[in-house]
Amino acid sequence: MGVAIEVSDLNAWYGTNHTLQSISLKIPANHATALIGPSGCGKSTFVRCLNRMHETNPIGRVTGTVRVGQTDIYAQASPVEIRRRIGMVFQRPNPFPTMSIYDNVASGLRLNGFRNRKVLDEVVERSLQQAALWEEVKNDLKKKSGASLSGGQQQRLCIARALAVDPEVMLMDEPASALDPVSTAKIEDLIFQLKSQYTIVIVTHNMQQAARVAENTGFFLNGKLVEFDATHKIFTNPTDKRTEDYITGRFG
Amino acid sequence: MAGQADVNQRPESNGSAGAEPSPSTVRSYLLNCGSSALADRAFSGLMLVCALSIFAIVLLILVELISGSKLTIQKFGLPFFFGSAWDPVNGNFGAMPFIYGTVVSSILALIIAVPLAVGVAIFLTEMCPDWLRGFLAFFTELLAAIPSVVYGLWAVFVLVPLLRQYVDPFLIKTLGWSGIFAGPNYGIGMFAAGVILSVMILPIISSLTREVMSAVPHAQREAVLALGATRWEMIRMGVLRNARIGIVGAVILGLGRALGETMAVTMVIGNRPEIVRSLLAPAYSMASVIANEFSEASDPLYLSALIEIGLALFIVTIIVNALARVLVWAVTRGAPARGT
Amino acid sequence: MASTLMPPPLRAGASNRFLRVVVNHLATAAAVGSTILVMAPLIAIFAYLLFKGASSLNLAFFTQIPKPVGETGGGMANSILGSGILLAIASLMGVPIGIAGGIYIAEFGRNGRLANMVRFTADVLNGVPSIVMGITIYTLLVAGRGFSALSGGVALGIMMIPTITRTTEEMLLMVPLNVREAALGLGVPNWRSVLSITLRTASPGVITGCMLAFARVAGETAPLLFTAFGNQYWSTSLNQPIAALPLQIYVYALSPYDEWHRLAWAGALVLIVLIVVSVALVRYVAGRGVLKGAS
Repeated sequence: MGVAIEVSDLNAWYGTNHTLQSISLKIPANHATALIGPSGCGKSTFVRCLNRMHETNPIGRVTGTVRVGQTDIYAQASPVEIRRRIGMVFQRPNPFPTMSIYDNVASGLRLNGFRNRKVLDEVVERSLQQAALWEEVKNDLKKKSGASLSGGQQQRLCIARALAVDPEVMLMDEPASALDPVSTAKIEDLIFQLKSQYTIVIVTHNMQQAARVAENTGFFLNGKLVEFDATHKIFTNPTDKRTEDYITGRFG
Repeated sequence: MAGQADVNQRPESNGSAGAEPSPSTVRSYLLNCGSSALADRAFSGLMLVCALSIFAIVLLILVELISGSKLTIQKFGLPFFFGSAWDPVNGNFGAMPFIYGTVVSSILALIIAVPLAVGVAIFLTEMCPDWLRGFLAFFTELLAAIPSVVYGLWAVFVLVPLLRQYVDPFLIKTLGWSGIFAGPNYGIGMFAAGVILSVMILPIISSLTREVMSAVPHAQREAVLALGATRWEMIRMGVLRNARIGIVGAVILGLGRALGETMAVTMVIGNRPEIVRSLLAPAYSMASVIANEFSEASDPLYLSALIEIGLALFIVTIIVNALARVLVWAVTRGAPARGT
Repeated sequence: MASTLMPPPLRAGASNRFLRVVVNHLATAAAVGSTILVMAPLIAIFAYLLFKGASSLNLAFFTQIPKPVGETGGGMANSILGSGILLAIASLMGVPIGIAGGIYIAEFGRNGRLANMVRFTADVLNGVPSIVMGITIYTLLVAGRGFSALSGGVALGIMMIPTITRTTEEMLLMVPLNVREAALGLGVPNWRSVLSITLRTASPGVITGCMLAFARVAGETAPLLFTAFGNQYWSTSLNQPIAALPLQIYVYALSPYDEWHRLAWAGALVLIVLIVVSVALVRYVAGRGVLKGAS
C-alpha cells in the first residue's frame, strides 16, 4: 500500500542558486503523479528532495516540510531510514557493476543486514516479476552480472532492485529517457501496473508519457509549481497560460 | 484529483511453491533497522583518524630527529653546517663536506638529466607515433620504480669501469686544465655519483614533464598552428610556454629525489669527507655518510651528528618537494597519485 | 594575448621561412636524438640486468642460505624469507591505514581543506628519503633495544601509508557518481555503501595500488640498514635482526667475492621481476578502467 505525500513550502538551493521556490502540493496515494516542465525547471531537484537525496550534494540545502504518510521526513527521521521507504529509479540505469542480477536485486536487503536466504530468493523472484524481467533472466540470476544486460533490461533491473525493499513510494526521475521506444513502452506498462500498490512520482519531459501513465500532473517552471491538477485537465484545459504555452510547445 | 483507490492486491507469483513472503516481512524488517547515524559517524571517524596518520608521521619524524640531534645542536649550534672537519675520534663534527657532496652531485645530475628528460618528454608527447609511445611510457615508468640498490649494483660493476676506462681519461685530457677533471682516476667519485643520479632521476623528470605538457589544452596548440607556426614553434609557444611552471616543478622534484638518493650514491661516491675541486675525486653525501657510519657510531655525540645531518636532509627535501608539488599542481590542477 | 602567440614576424623573403623550417628540423632531431640517447642505454641497462641476473639464478638461490666465504654455491633464501616477513609486517600496518586514509579523502573529505592538506602532505612524504625513516624508527624502536625485524617492518609499513592513501583515493574517485547514488537511494547506510559498493567496485584498482606500494618498499634498503640490520642465517624472530633481499644485495655488491657478486645479480633480478609485474598490472587495471563492463 502506498502513502500520500504532502509537501509544504519546500525551498531548495544549490549553493546560492534558489532552485525550488515555495513548492506546496499533495501527491495522492496509490496513484501515479507526473511532473513535467522544461529543462532546469527544478522537477528533478524536487523529487530528490522527497527522498532526501538533494542533501547528499555538499552545496544542497532544503527548507520546508515534506510529509510522507504520517512522517515529517526532515524532522522526524534520518535520511537512511527515509530512503528505505521511498525508492528511486534514476535517469541512467545504474546496476551495481560487480554484482550478479540476483545480488543486485537483493542488495537493498542484504546491505541492511538481511540474511534469510529463503525469503531473499522469494523477494528476488517477486521483484523481478513485478518489473517484468523475470522471464528474461530467471536462468541467469547468479551467473550474469547486472551490467551485462541491455539498457532497457538494466533499468527494469533497477526497478526490481528498488521494489525489493518494498517501499511505500517509488520516485522515478526520467526513467525511460535513456532507453529505446520498445523498452520505454515496457516501462510505462510497468508503471501502470505498479501504481495500484505504490505511490509513484514520475519526472518526465515527455508529455505524451505523462498523459499515458499518470492520473495527476504537475507543471514546474523556473523553480515554481505553476499548476497541479488531473492529467486530462492539464493537457486539455489548463488554467494557467504558462502551462498552456508549454503544452502547446511554445517553449521548452 | 486524489483518487480513492484502496487497492490491496499483491501479485501472485507464478509457479513458486511455498508461501509468498508478505511484503510486510521485508518492510517491517527495514523499519526496524533503525538509523545508522552512530555507525556512520564511527566509521567516518575511524577513516579520519587514519587519514590524520599522515600528519602524525611527519610529526613523528620531526620529533625523533630533533630529539636525536640534541647533543650536537647544543654543542655546535648552527656552525655545525659550515664546519669541514669530520673527526669522530676527537668529537669534532662539521657537515659541510656532505652538504657539498649532496649539492654538487645533485646539480651535476640535473645538468645531465634535465635537457635529455625534457627532450624525451617533447618527443613522447608531440612527435612519437602512437604504437611506440605506449611501450616507451611503460618502460619509463618501470625505470622509475627500479630500486636504488639495483642501480647501485649496475653502477659499481658496469658504469664505474666504463667511466674509469673511457670517459674519465677523455675528460682529464680535454678539460683537465680547469681542475674540474683532474687527479687520480679511480672511477668512483663525485662524477660517477652524478652520472648514476642522472640516470635515476631522468625517468621521473620525463614522466612529470610529459604529464604537465599533456595538461596543456589542445586549444592552445591549435591557436598557434592556426597562425602558421612550424611544429617546433607550436611546441615552444603553445605548449612549453604554458607548461613552463610545471616543468620547473618537475625539475625541482627530480632535484628532491637526487638530494635524498642513498644506496646507489653510497656505492659509487667514494666516501671521503673532503671538499676537492676535481669531480673525479671521491666525495661524500649526506645520505651516504648516514648509511655508512650510522651502525658504527659508537658514542652519543657521533650518533647525534649523523642524526642532525638526517634532520637537515629531511627539512631540505620537504621544502624542495613541497615547492615542486605546488608548481606541478598549478599546471595540472591536482598532483598525480602514482608518480613520485 | 594574441601577440605573445605570434610566430616571429614574417619578414618578406624566403630566408626567414627557410630558417624557421631548419630550426624545426633541428628541434625534431634534438628531441629524437635525446630519446635515443636516453632510451638505448636504459634499455641496455635493463637487458644487462636481466641477462646477468638470469645467468646467476638457479634453484639453490631460492632454497639455500649463503655459504661461508670461499665456497661456491649457496643462495639467498634467508633474505627472501626475511623480506617476506618484513613485508608482511609492513603490509599489515600500511594497507589498512592507507586504504582507510584514502577512503577518507575520497568519500568524506573530498575537496575540503583537510583532505587537500592530507593529499599534499602524502605526496610530499613520498619524496622524503627513506633513510630518514630508518633513523626515525631507529631512535623510536631500536635504540636501547637492538635491531629487530619488527622495527624494519614498521619502517617499511609507515612508508607504504602515503602511497596507498593516494592510489586508493585515485581509484575510489573513478567509481561513478551514479553507482554511489544507487546505493544511497536504497537506504543503505553510508558506511556500508562505501565499503560494499564503492570500495568493492574499485577493488581491482585499490589492490594493484597496494601491490605497487608493496613492490616499492620491497626494494628499499636504506630504512633497513639500522632497523632490520640483516642476518646471515635463518631467522623468523621478530625481535632479532633479520635478513632482507635488498640489504643482502647491497652487502654482497660491495664485497670482494665473486660468488657473492653473482648472488647479488640474481637477487637484483628477483626485485626487478617484482617491479615489472606490479607496474604492468597497475597499467593494465588503470587502462581497463575500474568498472568491468559497466554502462
